[in-house]
Amino acid sequence: MATVLVLLDHAETGALRGSVLELATAARDLADGGEVHGLWVGDEPVDPALPVLGRHGVAVVHQVSTGAVDARLTPVLAEVLADAVRETGATVLLALSTFENKEAAARLAVATGAGVVTDAAAVERDAEGRVVASKTVLAGTWTTRCAVRTGLAVVLLKAGAVVSRHVDEEAPLAPELRTRALAVSERATRAALVRRTPAAPSDRPDLSSADVVVVGGRGTEGDFAPIEALADEVGGAVGSTRVATDEGWIGHETQIGQTGVTVSPRLYIGAGVSGAVHHRGGMQASGTIVAINPDPEAPIFEIADYGIVGDLFTVLPQVTEELRRLRQG
Amino acid sequence: MRIVVCVKHVPDIQSERALGPDGRLVRDGGDGTINELDENAVEAAVVLAEQARDAGDEAEVVVVTVGPDDAEDAVRRGLQLGADAAVHVLDDAVAGSDVFGTAAVLAAVLRRLGEQAPVDLVVTGMAGLDGLTSLLPAALAATLDLPQLTLAAEVTLADGAVTVRRDLDHAVEELTAPLPALVSVTDRANEPRYPNFQGIMAARKKPVETLTLADLGVDPATVGAAGARTEVLEAAPRPPRTDRVLVTDDGQAGARLAAWLLERDLVRTTPATGEVL
Repeated sequence: MATVLVLLDHAETGALRGSVLELATAARDLADGGEVHGLWVGDEPVDPALPVLGRHGVAVVHQVSTGAVDARLTPVLAEVLADAVRETGATVLLALSTFENKEAAARLAVATGAGVVTDAAAVERDAEGRVVASKTVLAGTWTTRCAVRTGLAVVLLKAGAVVSRHVDEEAPLAPELRTRALAVSERATRAALVRRTPAAPSDRPDLSSADVVVVGGRGTEGDFAPIEALADEVGGAVGSTRVATDEGWIGHETQIGQTGVTVSPRLYIGAGVSGAVHHRGGMQASGTIVAINPDPEAPIFEIADYGIVGDLFTVLPQVTEELRRLRQG
Repeated sequence: MRIVVCVKHVPDIQSERALGPDGRLVRDGGDGTINELDENAVEAAVVLAEQARDAGDEAEVVVVTVGPDDAEDAVRRGLQLGADAAVHVLDDAVAGSDVFGTAAVLAAVLRRLGEQAPVDLVVTGMAGLDGLTSLLPAALAATLDLPQLTLAAEVTLADGAVTVRRDLDHAVEELTAPLPALVSVTDRANEPRYPNFQGIMAARKKPVETLTLADLGVDPATVGAAGARTEVLEAAPRPPRTDRVLVTDDGQAGARLAAWLLERDLVRTTPATGEVL
């Protein structure tokens, strides 16, 4: 029996981030008969999210307001997390593996002595009841299983790591909502937010959690139209390499790699991508890798399940066109 | 202006990297190097020190590392890139430390340096390209109780305060804090200089202080493998991919790829509706 706490990441509109329900599913398996609690940090309206959280087994939602203090500052978030862990007696905290959550987890761990696993692809309990997380390391070339040795385990799961499932009960839980305000310390706001510019909203899925990612690199020479057309045809996200963002061809937020976004979609399609080691570090854990590049020596072919030596400007439009034809036919 | 840069010695990212039977990174491959992102950290610090000197202030950059014998190469590289002095924590009891053990050791070094002369700024790379947790900067800031300004793509100092721009998945932020503070930088922050011959020669004469845990007053039981909060149970190389296809486009490769994707159910079999969850 354990209380498992799930950080309910949400957009500024109050909409839950897609992969949060995956965390709730993983939390049920770890709770071992105990309860799953959700933590909603901020004043955005939580009511619309309660039914879906209930269907995913969340028994209690804690909505914590930090008043005038910006809860998007990660030291503030860390204090809210520490308070929620104390309040609920949780022994496991699950959150999405984002840079912001990693920072908050690091601070929480310093404050509480917790062990942390980042970028986990799976989490379970072993026979002794320890929390054990799996992850790929060294640019996706190795897989490890780590046991957390501390009383509080913090596991940051990659988007898409778990397939979310509803609870089996016919009448799902209506989560109990507990709201409270927390006065955070002065030290949490010493680095102050001067300005925050939200990224432009996109109709495409989030890069980090998309099922399919279509990526353009140097070979696009700045023309991402065929990349975007295929992504839209398959409902995928658009990604890029460091070169493409450095050249200003596409926004930095699309950069996939060790210092950018890490993705592990079911399908990765790279066009005009050479597969430099930094990029591979951010995508090598993808399920199926397809590569299109005119250079047969491009390193990406070493890791591709399906490689085409060819010109992306002829191959990609043909893929898009043929998919459209076959699916309508 | 006194700036301390924390750097890490890691296996070269271009080399064949492996984990040992204990689940720890094999560090004796002989092709270790300074963590690439830490070169951005050194560069940021050296530029800020140059600016301080140009403004008529004294400035010093100290590079610090924790690790086995080879790790001295990382601080030597920092000296070649323009740092003025170095500290290397060398102690067998440090082996197997997790990020929190490492943060505790680095914090002890920072406190010791601070006793000699105040430290205004701590700079790190955003992540180590070996473990890639990116937990260290925030853990170190929390341990030292310093304001943290992480993932900086731009760093500026003015009037006793540091300001950074950081690019997150869903927003671009600008943060500011009074000094002393901790900053971590991304590879967008700058283009690290390439050390010239004079830089390499001058680095040989710069001091590297070697310290043990006893020198720092750190209890060995709280760091190293003994103090680690997680334990690697298994480590296995990813199995090689099988059934790989490599073709040269004959004019129909795109069409065949489309059929292959549908056969394997890798893309939805119904057309996109625009509604994606």
